[in-house]
Amino acid sequence: MDDPHRTGLDRPLRGGAVRQAGRGSLLRLAPPLTLALMILPVLAGLAGTVIPAFRNAGAGVASLFAWPGLPRAAALSLGTGLASTLIALALTLLILAAFAGTPTFARIRRSLAPLLSVPHAAAALGLAFLIAPSGWIARLLSPEVTGWQSPPDLLILNDPWGLSLTLGLITKELPFLLLMALAALPQLDADRRLTTAASLGYGRIAGFTFTLLPDLYRQLRLPTYAVLAYGMTTVDMALILGPTLPPTLATQITLWMGEASLTMRDTAAAAALLQLALAISAITIWRITEILVQNLLVRAAFQAPRLPNLDRPAAAAARAASLVITGSLTLGLAGLALWSVAGLWQFPDAVPQSLTLRTWVSAAPALGQTTATTLAIAATATLAALILTLACLQAEATLNLTPTTRALTLLYLPLLIPQIAFLPGLQMLTLPLGIDGTPAAVAAIHLVFVLPYVFLSLSGPFRAWDSRIATAAATLGASETRIFWRLRLPMLAGPLLTSAAVGMAVSIGQYLPTLLIGGGRVETLTTEAVALSSGGNRRLIGAYAALQLLLPALAFGLAIAAPLLLWRNRRLMRGLA
Amino acid sequence: MHRRTALQLLASLPAFAGLSTKALAAEWDGILSEARGQTVYWHAWGGDPKINDFITWIGEKAQERYGVTLEHVKLAATSDAVARVLAEQQAGQTEGGAVDLIWINGENFAAMKSQGLLYGSFTEYLPNWPLVDVAGKPATVTDFTLPTEGFESPWAMAQLVFEHDTARLPQPPQSLDALAEWAIANPGRFTYPQPPDYLGTTFLKQVLYGVMEDPSLLQSPVDEAAYDAQVAPLWAFLDRLHPALWRQAKAFPQNEPALGQLLADGEIDISFAFNPGRASAEIAAGNLPDTVRTFVLQGGTIGNASFVAIPFNAAHRAGALVIANLLLDPEVQARAQDPAVLGFQTVLDLQALAPEDRARFDALELGIATLSPADLGPVLLEPHASWMTRIAQDWTARYGVAQ
Amino acid sequence: MTGTLTLDHLTITLGPRRLVALTLSIKAGEVATIMGPSGSGKSTALAAITGTLAAEFTRTGRILLNGKDISEEPTRRRGIGLMFQDPVLFPHLSVGGNLAFALPTHVRGRAARQARIEEALASAGLKGHADRDPATLSGGQKARVALLRTLLAEPSALLLDEPFSRLDADLRAQIRAFTFDRARQAGIPTLLVTHDAEDARAAGGPVLSPLGETLPL
Repeated sequence: MDDPHRTGLDRPLRGGAVRQAGRGSLLRLAPPLTLALMILPVLAGLAGTVIPAFRNAGAGVASLFAWPGLPRAAALSLGTGLASTLIALALTLLILAAFAGTPTFARIRRSLAPLLSVPHAAAALGLAFLIAPSGWIARLLSPEVTGWQSPPDLLILNDPWGLSLTLGLITKELPFLLLMALAALPQLDADRRLTTAASLGYGRIAGFTFTLLPDLYRQLRLPTYAVLAYGMTTVDMALILGPTLPPTLATQITLWMGEASLTMRDTAAAAALLQLALAISAITIWRITEILVQNLLVRAAFQAPRLPNLDRPAAAAARAASLVITGSLTLGLAGLALWSVAGLWQFPDAVPQSLTLRTWVSAAPALGQTTATTLAIAATATLAALILTLACLQAEATLNLTPTTRALTLLYLPLLIPQIAFLPGLQMLTLPLGIDGTPAAVAAIHLVFVLPYVFLSLSGPFRAWDSRIATAAATLGASETRIFWRLRLPMLAGPLLTSAAVGMAVSIGQYLPTLLIGGGRVETLTTEAVALSSGGNRRLIGAYAALQLLLPALAFGLAIAAPLLLWRNRRLMRGLA
Repeated sequence: MHRRTALQLLASLPAFAGLSTKALAAEWDGILSEARGQTVYWHAWGGDPKINDFITWIGEKAQERYGVTLEHVKLAATSDAVARVLAEQQAGQTEGGAVDLIWINGENFAAMKSQGLLYGSFTEYLPNWPLVDVAGKPATVTDFTLPTEGFESPWAMAQLVFEHDTARLPQPPQSLDALAEWAIANPGRFTYPQPPDYLGTTFLKQVLYGVMEDPSLLQSPVDEAAYDAQVAPLWAFLDRLHPALWRQAKAFPQNEPALGQLLADGEIDISFAFNPGRASAEIAAGNLPDTVRTFVLQGGTIGNASFVAIPFNAAHRAGALVIANLLLDPEVQARAQDPAVLGFQTVLDLQALAPEDRARFDALELGIATLSPADLGPVLLEPHASWMTRIAQDWTARYGVAQ
Repeated sequence: MTGTLTLDHLTITLGPRRLVALTLSIKAGEVATIMGPSGSGKSTALAAITGTLAAEFTRTGRILLNGKDISEEPTRRRGIGLMFQDPVLFPHLSVGGNLAFALPTHVRGRAARQARIEEALASAGLKGHADRDPATLSGGQKARVALLRTLLAEPSALLLDEPFSRLDADLRAQIRAFTFDRARQAGIPTLLVTHDAEDARAAGGPVLSPLGETLPL
């Protein structure tokens, strides 16, 4: 006889829901309120960008097109964004294809996952120090291997083609895409599909490509678009690694926003709209390519090529890629930490002549205060995001609301619309209200970027929660409120803490929203580190970057350790069967 | 004192020019009591940790002496703060502005003053103002040929000096031409910060002094009709120099600390700074080897003063005045001149100081790499601000958007 | 604690399909059985009685407990206890915590509540297990804790949704006997849903299909 749990009819229970007429009217407001909080700032900011761009008979647009650097800046934006996204996605899929379900994969995952919490600015600073001609790699190899007594005159950082910027983007986006893919794999029944393909004689690569990739990519599409939009418009990474003659369009917009004359602000607004158009074009190009590739795949699948010979080189390439990414980020960050305690450290010494805590001691008051501000903003934004997310999910679970794809896309809106396109407008709008330049305003704008990530990381575990627990509790007479606080919330303590850590990491890493909405008056570790990066004091940069790194790492550490401690006497809660 | 009366008093400040010293002292007491408990937002470039530390120290002094809390708003560029005040003016915000005090000079000062964004005149009412060496250091009241008219108060003097590591380059070139020849003979060992960075543009102006037929024209605003011909030698000089620069001029350091870091990393052999004491201070801090020395070019180098100004709508004007005055305090000035701290040149007339204050300066060790005032040579006055704006723009069009 | 659970022309349809059509009265201490193969609508009937029927199902008829119509009451006010196939113990609470969750608030005071829990555990041969992690219990122990939890809530009727189907054969008879004993002791009407004739026979009460036909054993 069939397993009774696989038929629809024997599962007539509503998703853990218990009918409670008249209740939950407040809860019902949570999803529309949350969506409004996500969308209104974006729309208001866009409006605030459109108006200055076209006032005074389009003076801003005119001066934008008169800027000689425009073609190259726009090309750089498109080029670095598309190239970094393409390579990061390709490497992600390569790693998945080569290793999904193997012990190697678990190792790669363990080494890449922590890198997700590294703020973009810290990653860029670490990488900059690693690959600069006077950087750690050159120091390690000199003078023995290279013969260099002084750093070679090589254009590596800030190269005019944006190669180091592209590399920096890849190292940060690959872990993100890989973890998004990991979240999708179990729903796709990946292991059985791959086994089926293997039993039909397909190599790993071909089997993955034909049986899993189309469905997997459907789940990766929105994250990929977010990565593309981010890569095209990043400012903090571009300031550190990107070209300067001219800079990328997004960087130039930020520079214009900071200039004295108001006409440059109009120029910045016009450029922000152009940047938005570029991002939309890039996503359109990407979408068309998707369709083409899909057709090619379908056609290729009909020929059923097994391609077993691809597996070995693909595995080698995937291993090398993950090693390079993990290695460069880890080494770069270690280098930064070392600089923060370095005494005199001249080229080509591989390590400093002496170690000293002088940088930390002299910067301690400033570091302490900045850390406190950073934490306060991150905690506020994260807490608000958690509350809204929980309210939405609880409304969904108890009021029988089903999330539509459209609502999910809207949730992604702040990640898909480039920050540089709407934040300048938003800043100009907040100025007359007098709310800019306060930590509260910064926390509020952080919420817009923190909430999507918190929602994405919490919704899975929340929806996967065994609804029979709620039914069992309800038949014992427990109210919906009691079920939520006594059962659902404590049982989801692990995922909750993880989401909180994700939220903290996202907030700590925010550069442009902090800079623009904070009006320069709200200093976080990230804005400080980026401001210092132009000054070149590696010791202080190292100290700020180390803290920037440490806070999210602590948050994630806590998210892992706390449940272990909390559930030390509860085997099931620790994931042990 | 009630807030309203203090504000009225402050608003009337320029009007009490005729008051006696005694009356001025009384008014200053009013400002001091109004300032107590205020938090002053000083918008100042935040790219140099030593300056940041100094500002932190000023904050401690201000708290200790006057009960004024000082917040250093670290800017990537001074224009950020200017833009902010401008935006506030556009938005009709005539009081309670976010910026209380700005570290400023040159074009930013000219822009703010001409657009009515500054409060003043105020400097003559600062109790420490009589100590300033207005006669001996005309740059304290003339900012890029523009008379300050009391709308900004000087707090440090600076002069362009070049730095070299004697371990790698024992005999540095001593003139502009020699510098160019040396750079061309040693490709990749020299560069300058990317204009419109302040130090980078200063380098361009220094070149203008060396290559223009009549450098005295720099003291007048740019004459559009003659401009192209006047600056042609500058572009010719750069066109010759650029292929031999660090990274073949395909990338430039972004500012003074970045340039200094290149020297520290051994990527270049000659750097320069707008601060004669920087090299000694960096040696003391362990960031440069103790073989680094400074030198100036024959014929002199450009020098100027750093100022603080108060926006017209500053929320904490009394506190800002107190900070501006504190910056002229002999103890503060002596600390700024200490190479172990900043190594900035003082704006004060040492002869005008009380003996115990003069002793503070006499006690300073100039530092291993710092030239004595005599060796610093003549100070070239800053050109009119229009030159800086114009050559920075043209530089960007010529070299800033590599095709 | 005496009462009757009455299904009065309870019908459930899914689109054109009729899944359940029951008229049945279960007296206190009696165990009635609904039996049928999987997919026949047994659990649908239980969901209707507990008030957790999904929206796509249509229900007509009434559910009465001690003569009171509870068809529109929320689950928690129906006073109907439910046992699943799995024990569904709350994994983050201790055994005692699980039982305390069910204990009504009218048992006041820490000491009194603790005593009730200890007493319940002892009665099921689980003396001293209050502080245990439910995950460390054996299958039979878990099933007994689940039943204790259900009964501690003092329900007016008990529903059993194939509660023995996941147990090993030897344990099965033992837990079944334990469950029916306790249900009868509690003196409440009990409705068992199963596909196993053994269970139905052991229950000893009337046996119906989801569509109301009396089934021979």
